This record gives sequence, C-alpha cells and structure tokens, in this order.
Amino acid sequence: MPFIANSEADRQAMLATVGVSSVEELFTDIPASKRFPKLDLPQGLSELEITRELESMAAKNVTASTCAWFLGAGAYNHFIPAAVGAIASRGEFLTAYTPYQPEVSQGTLQAIFEYQSMAAELLGMEVVNASHYDGATALAEAVLMAFNQGGSRKKVFLPETLHPEYKAVIGTYFAAFDVIMAEYQGGPANAAPDADTCCVVASYPDFQGEIHDLKAGADRAHTAGALFVVHADPIMCAILKSPGELGADIVTAEGQVLGNAMNFGGPWLGMMGATAKLMRKMPGRIVGQAQDHEGRRGFVLTLTAREQHIRREKAVSNICSNQGLVMLQACVYMALMGKRGLQQVAGLCWNKAHYAATEIGKVPGFKVRKGEFFKEFVVSTPIPAAEITQKLSRRCIVPGLALSKYDPGRTHELLVCVTEMSTKAQIELLVTGLAEATK
Amino acid sequence: MNLVPEKLLHEMSSPGRIAVSLPACDVPETPVPAGLRRGDLRLPELDELSVVRHFTRLSQKNYSIDTHFYPLGSCTMKYNPKVNELVANLHGWRDTHPLIGDEFSQGALELIYKLQEGLREIGGFAAASLQPAAGAHGELAGVFIMRAYHVARGEARRTKILIPDSAHGTNPATCTMAGMTTIPLPSDAEGGVDLHALQVALDSATGEIAGIMITNPNTLGLFDRNIETIAKMVHDAGGLVYGDGANMNAVTGVFKPGLSGIDVMHFNLHKTFSTPHGGGGPGAGFVGVGQELMDFLPGPIAAKNGNKYALYMPSRSIGSVKSFYGNFGVLVRAYAYMRMLGAEGFRRLAENAVLNANYIKVRLEGHYKVKYPRRCMHEFVAMGDIAPGIHTLDIAKRLIDYGFHPPTIYFPLIVPEAIMIEPTETENKETLDAFVEVMIKIADEAKTTPDLLHHSPTTTPIGRLDEVGAARNPVLCFKG
Amino acid sequence: MKIDSAARYQASHEFARKDGTVFVIGISDHAQEALGDIVFVELPEVGKTFAKGQSFGVVESVKAASDLYMPISGTVTAVNDALGGDPALVNRDCYGLGWIAKVEATKAGEFEGLLDAAAYEKEAGKD
Repeated sequence: MPFIANSEADRQAMLATVGVSSVEELFTDIPASKRFPKLDLPQGLSELEITRELESMAAKNVTASTCAWFLGAGAYNHFIPAAVGAIASRGEFLTAYTPYQPEVSQGTLQAIFEYQSMAAELLGMEVVNASHYDGATALAEAVLMAFNQGGSRKKVFLPETLHPEYKAVIGTYFAAFDVIMAEYQGGPANAAPDADTCCVVASYPDFQGEIHDLKAGADRAHTAGALFVVHADPIMCAILKSPGELGADIVTAEGQVLGNAMNFGGPWLGMMGATAKLMRKMPGRIVGQAQDHEGRRGFVLTLTAREQHIRREKAVSNICSNQGLVMLQACVYMALMGKRGLQQVAGLCWNKAHYAATEIGKVPGFKVRKGEFFKEFVVSTPIPAAEITQKLSRRCIVPGLALSKYDPGRTHELLVCVTEMSTKAQIELLVTGLAEATK
Repeated sequence: MNLVPEKLLHEMSSPGRIAVSLPACDVPETPVPAGLRRGDLRLPELDELSVVRHFTRLSQKNYSIDTHFYPLGSCTMKYNPKVNELVANLHGWRDTHPLIGDEFSQGALELIYKLQEGLREIGGFAAASLQPAAGAHGELAGVFIMRAYHVARGEARRTKILIPDSAHGTNPATCTMAGMTTIPLPSDAEGGVDLHALQVALDSATGEIAGIMITNPNTLGLFDRNIETIAKMVHDAGGLVYGDGANMNAVTGVFKPGLSGIDVMHFNLHKTFSTPHGGGGPGAGFVGVGQELMDFLPGPIAAKNGNKYALYMPSRSIGSVKSFYGNFGVLVRAYAYMRMLGAEGFRRLAENAVLNANYIKVRLEGHYKVKYPRRCMHEFVAMGDIAPGIHTLDIAKRLIDYGFHPPTIYFPLIVPEAIMIEPTETENKETLDAFVEVMIKIADEAKTTPDLLHHSPTTTPIGRLDEVGAARNPVLCFKG
Repeated sequence: MKIDSAARYQASHEFARKDGTVFVIGISDHAQEALGDIVFVELPEVGKTFAKGQSFGVVESVKAASDLYMPISGTVTAVNDALGGDPALVNRDCYGLGWIAKVEATKAGEFEGLLDAAAYEKEAGKD
C-alpha cells in the first residue's frame, strides 16, 4: 500500500499490544450501518501512471511559457529566478508546520521576519503580517478591520474600477453585516467620505491599469476621520511612491508577482501591512524578534492574543493556515532581486508597456485609453475584443482580457498587460496580430 | 540542526551587489514622471550564492517531516509523496492563467472537476466547491452557506451556532466573521457532546438556532457515537449541522459524514489529502454539502458537459470567497494523491492512522494520564502533570532534545496540561517505539532530574525565548 | 491573593474604588495572577460613557486575552497612560500604579451592589 510504512506483521504485533484481534474493532464507535461504506473511486495508480496522466492533462492548457503573453488582469507573468524554487522546495521548509515551537522553527520564523521587513519597506508600512490567502481576501479583511475599528461608522467607499473579483469577495465577506458599500469613479479624491465612513479604498493601479492620485484621497479620508486602505502592485512600488508614503493606513497587495507562478489562480499571496498604530488590530500571524535567556536573538510568533486559537469568537479574524510557502518564495525573490533587481524589473515593465501602448495606438481602429499606467492599459478595439482574444489565442498570441468578461456592456475594450517577460519581437507580433484580427 | 547564528539579509547587504541577471531593455525608454517616482528603496543588495546559503542555513534550523517525527495532534503531519511536488510544478499548470477561458484551460478544469467529484464521494455529499483556500476559509464558506439557507427560507433570525467546548478556535472565530453568535456546549464524561446540555441549548433559543459546528472525531481524538442523534436533535430544532473535517484522516473510506446527518463540511486538503504544510500553508478547503444546500455553494464550480469542462456559478451562490477557483496548485497535489490511493488506499490510511495512535496510547498509559481512556481514533490527549513542578511545556521542550517535534500542547482547552498526540499512518513501528521510549524516559526524568526538563531544549539554535518581552515591545521588522 | 479592602468587585474580577468624586477601575490581584505577565492593556477613550457590565477594554498576556467589563456605569475621566509603556504595572501593583481608568459614576449607588472584599475573596476562591 502506498505511503503506509508498516507491514502486515508489524500491524499484527501492534494489534496484539492494543489488545484487539482486528483493525475493524478499532472503529466500533462508528454507527454499524454506516461503517466501511463502498467508495466509488477508480482503482489506485502507481507513481508512474499518475505522472503520465497529469502530464497529459496539463498539456491541454494554453500557457505563458509557450505563447506571446499579454494577459494580466490580476494574475501576472513575471520572471522567477531558479533559486526561488530551489530553496522553497527544500524539505526543511516545505514539510515544516506552522512555527509554534520556536526552538525548532527558527528557519521559518527568521524567513517570515525577513519577508515582513522587505515587504514593509516596499509598501511603506510599519508592520506586515505573514500572509492571507490572496490579494482579494487580504483586501476584504483589511476592509473588515477598518469596519470593526470604525465603531458606528458603517460606510465603505470602494473604487468603481476595483478588480471585479475583489469586489465580489468583499461582497461575500460583508453579506451579514450592516454596511453601506458606496462606489466612486476615478481616483480616491472623488470619494465623499463623511462622519459615517470607516474607510476609503483605493486601487494602485486600478483594474484598468490606471494610476490615480492617492495623496488627495488619503487627505480626504483622514479629514473625515476615516482610514485610507490601498491595494497595490508590489512590483510597481519599486519605482513609484509607496502607498505608505502617500498616506495609506492599511495596504494590501497580491504577492503572486513576487516570485510565484500564476498557477491557474492559486496558491498566491495576500499581503497586508499597516501603520504601527493599527498593529494590534491586524489579522494574521506576525513574527517578532525576541531573546533567549542567554541573550541570543531569535524570532517568535507574537501579538497572538489577536488570533483565533487564543481569542476564539473575539478574534480579529478566523485565519489559521495561510500561504506560508508562497510567502517564503516572495521572500527569497525579494532577497535575490534586492534593490536594483526589483527596480530593473519594474523599469522593464514600465518601458515595455509604454512602448506597446504607443505601437498599438498606431494600428488603425485601436485607441489606447488616456491616463498614467504602469504595466497594463485599456485599448478600445474596432471589433468585439472577445473575438480578438479568441482568434489570437488559437495562434498562441494571448492579447489580454476582453472586458466583456466582467461587464457584458463593454464589448470593444481589451485590457493589455506587458511585463519584463515580453520581448520587442513579441510586442511586434501582438501589434501585427491585432491588425490582422480586424481584417 | 544548524546552531550557528544567522545574520539578517539586511545585515549582510553590501551596496552594488546583485543576485539576478535580467535582459537589457530592448525598446525605447519612457521616463517615469517625477511626481510619481519613488525615492530610495531600502532592500538588501546581495550576490546569488549569499542568498542561497542564507536560506539553506535557515532551513537547517527547522524540524520538518522530511527530517523528524512530528506527532502534532490535530495537524495530521503525514509524509507527503514527492511525486505531488513534481506533478504540481508542471508548466501546464504553473504557467496557465485563470482568465484564459474554458477553451484554453480544459486540462485544469478537468482536474478541478474530477477532484471535486472524488472528494464528494469520499464525504458522501451531493455537491462541492474547491474555492476555499484553507480549513478556516472552508468553515467561513460553510457558515455563509448556512446563513444564506436560513435567509432564503425567511428565517434570518437564525443566527446562533452551537459549538462544543473542545472545538478549534477557528469555529467560534468563523461564526463571528460571518455575523453569527456562538453558544458553547460542554462535553460529557465520555468526551462527546453532552446531549442534555444540547437539548437545553436548543430549547433556550427556539427559532434562532442556525446550527451546530461539530468535529468528529473531535479534538480529543474520540468519535462521537451520538453523531446521528445530535444531527437529528439539531435538525428537529430547524438547524443545520456543520462538520469540521480537520480530523478526516481517521475516517476516510470508513465513514461518510454526509450520510450521517452532516449538511455541510470542509476537508483540509493540506492535511488528510497530502499537501505539505509549507511552514504555515498554503492549504485548500474543499466544502461539500447535501442536496438542500447545493445551490448556495461558493463558486465558480467545475462541471462536465459531454466531453467538455466548464465553470458555472450555483444559482443562489453565497458568491466568491476568494478570487478565481481556489488554491489550484494544492488541488493538483490532492488529485495525484487521491488517484494513487483509490478506494482501498483511503480505507487503509484511516485504519493505519487509528492503529498507530492506539498503539502509542496503550504503550504510554501507566506513564501518562489519558483524560478519556476509551479507544481513540487517529489521536489522543494525554496530560503532562506527571511530577511536582513539571508542566506540559517542559515535556514538550525535552522531547526536542531527543529529536522529536513536540505534540500539540495545551489544546484542547478542556484538558488541563494537554498533550495531543497524532502519529499518522505514514510512520513505521520503529519510529513509534522510539517515541514511546523517549516519552517514558522523560516521565522518569521528571521525577528524578526535573531540572533537565526545566532547562530544555539545549540542542537547538536558541533556548526558550522571552515571549513576554517580544509582545510588550514588538520588533516586527529589521530596524537599520 | 491580595485584596484591597477599600475596593468593591465584580465576579469578572474588575474592581472599583472611590477616589474623591470619581471611581478608580482596575483588575484584581487574583485576575492579574491568573493572566500571567501582562503584555498589553487596551484602554478606553476618555469622555466615553459605559453602562455597568459593558466591555471597555482588554488585558492581554502572551497566551490569553481578557475583556474588561465596567463595574459601575459612568463616563471615563482619565486613563492610565503609563500602561502603554509598562503594562507590567498591572502585575506589580494592580490596586495602585496599575489602575486602568477613572470613571465619573452616573449611578453611584451601583457601587454598593458590588461584592465587598470578603464576598469577592470567596467568589475568586471558586476559580
């Protein structure tokens, strides 16, 4: 039997020690009529057989490794240095549990502390936690945190241009609460926070790639006594002002871009940071520095009185398992990239996206939407964008997201993303492809 | 273990070093407007070898399943087949995008569909969603489903959820997050739900009971023999039964919760269904439901139409609890595991998990008190007050010096000085015997040389840390 | 267990003691001992009004957190800011330097309804 160590002889010896004659006797607490039901599952496979099955199943997907790739919209194709996977696949990291026993978990604990330090710098926050499930749940929990902090303040301002998946998750999380979800258009300066507002949320950039003035939004929120919550692209933060510098109280981000594959939507990395003032209200695990009796530096899970295993129904969140290994990959990625590497990646995204926008704008019938952007922008198309994506994807040019996916009314708009992964030749292939698709 | 202190990355940094090589910019450059541009970025600057050695040395400061026995109760720290890692990292999965469209992701949708159906069969449920990202996230989805069901029936008043006092903290925390309130239930002398107290609680809030959250086997490692009675009592009061699948490793192929009155349940795919714990995650939280709740599942969910796979949203869905379709990479591992085991394998895994736990329990009885001495399932709870002045923490730390990861301690909360031991099915008899011998030795030391316990561990990179100081004056980032 | 005989108590271990025109509020010696090393005290806002029994703050140790329930209805006139820098004051001197808040009572009569030192000692002994 796979993955069961003991032989039949071992089992017999153990059954004798336990004092039963068969293993079935160990299950007599289970209602007799419900014990050992038939399981309708296919026959078990060998390692070789399952590998072959999954290789052939995986081969049915269209992937960024074999196409010219311009699809982003929340999941991004970025370069991952080989050392990231090499380190994260070490058994000592991969098969360790949550570091509740600090003496035998210093590797994981110090890595979390290093991640917190680097992520805090990137996002401009004083405290960063050890991860959420993804960017959408991180943002939902950030809004929940602001809502719980706000006392009688019941209003939340969301950008109309927030990622639709994120809006949906926030909607699900707030289904049971007496909240007023208001939306504003454009930048956060257009929100109208009042004495009933607990927070203003901004997206940096928004779902359509546009960069808005955060500072003005932060000022408005703070004047009204509300918190300013920003969801940011962490790669962009390497070259553009951090949300913290622009006045954010809580920052969330999708950390998939930091050394993690797109993986058809997960596992990704929900990042959350906050100002020091809010640290005891923050959900999630947090690692702090500590000393042992000999004065040696170590690291330990701290501020745990916030968490479910201590606080139960009064905990700030129910989160337990998080995205530990994905966080480790982001940590190794940031360490490898360092200051100059990350700036270089961000610079390549900026330059290539702007070049692509210029070139696409020259194709008859295509128009690039105005506004500042980083690596993603909206193009209006002469024929339905969904037709373009269908046609070109079959030719292994994935041109972006047809916005009709989330808003059926927006038929002629394409969201195009360009990262450091795209070469000039691939951008030219896209431009030619777009021209051909409309003929 | 690596005992040498390891500097922080920032302390190793030297200006001008770089650990990656990126392609030169092959397009004309566009300047970043000064108003947007960031000032300094204080990230470390290191060469590649330094980074690799740093993290390799850090890894050597961890215990892990690959290196040590990890009898961590309630956590199911079993061996995870290495082939899982291989197949989860195929380019066809890693480099595919959640918005590429059904036509271009048939392989991924097929995998989601087949795993969903297989787990549904194991649990005895009518329908399922794989979107939740962890056990607690599955709980949240489940309680949202319970709420939506009552609201749809015009019974929004049903907001109270019963929770046994032996439950994981995630259960009550989940209820609060879903806008519900909790009523704690005491355990009876046998460690199960106290039926009399249950009836009193149900009667005290007629028309307001949303349901019960029950873990079976519970956190004491005991299977609640009254499960069907409990379900009936809650159903008769108009409530639903939530099953916390944290302990599913005891009963795969042995018991289908969906056939014994459980209306909605999560499984932790990173425990029972074999994804490595990764130092905290990622996991995945399958949610299965009975017929009455299937329209409320979170989505999208995979479906099969002819020989094509597609995604759809259930008609009265609670919505999305996460972006896209769940922790897909974890689902690949769970699928590989499920296919390798087959029906026979799942029954064998539960049998051996339960046998291993009972074996350790029987061998330790006489040296340690066991709170509920009846036959256990995949884990059991012993007590650490074996000698004057000795606490469970001391025993846990002493185990480290003998090369074992400590069991779960001080949980469940209803057992004083709890030591919760779960060996899992993947450990062999020699390992179990070695652990038992050490536990017996520590019980002796507790009486003869208690200071050895108080001062342990001594074989680790650091000793016991000043957690009080760390929480009073938190240092949560490198301060240069 | 130390008992301040001038104070009166709730079964949830908060005390109130008359101090001029206001009441000093804190937690009992029994409570601080049960919690262990206190790492953080969440203080109420000055000017805020609480009813008797309402939660007004939290005391945290490393392994536990305990809500504070107001023993007497009233408005907070002062809080002990020293606890921000040194929460261990509650462990060292819960009836003195480790006080938590001062309250101007709206129903001063409630004080008489609280447990006196002897009754509290008996109550706390049950834990």
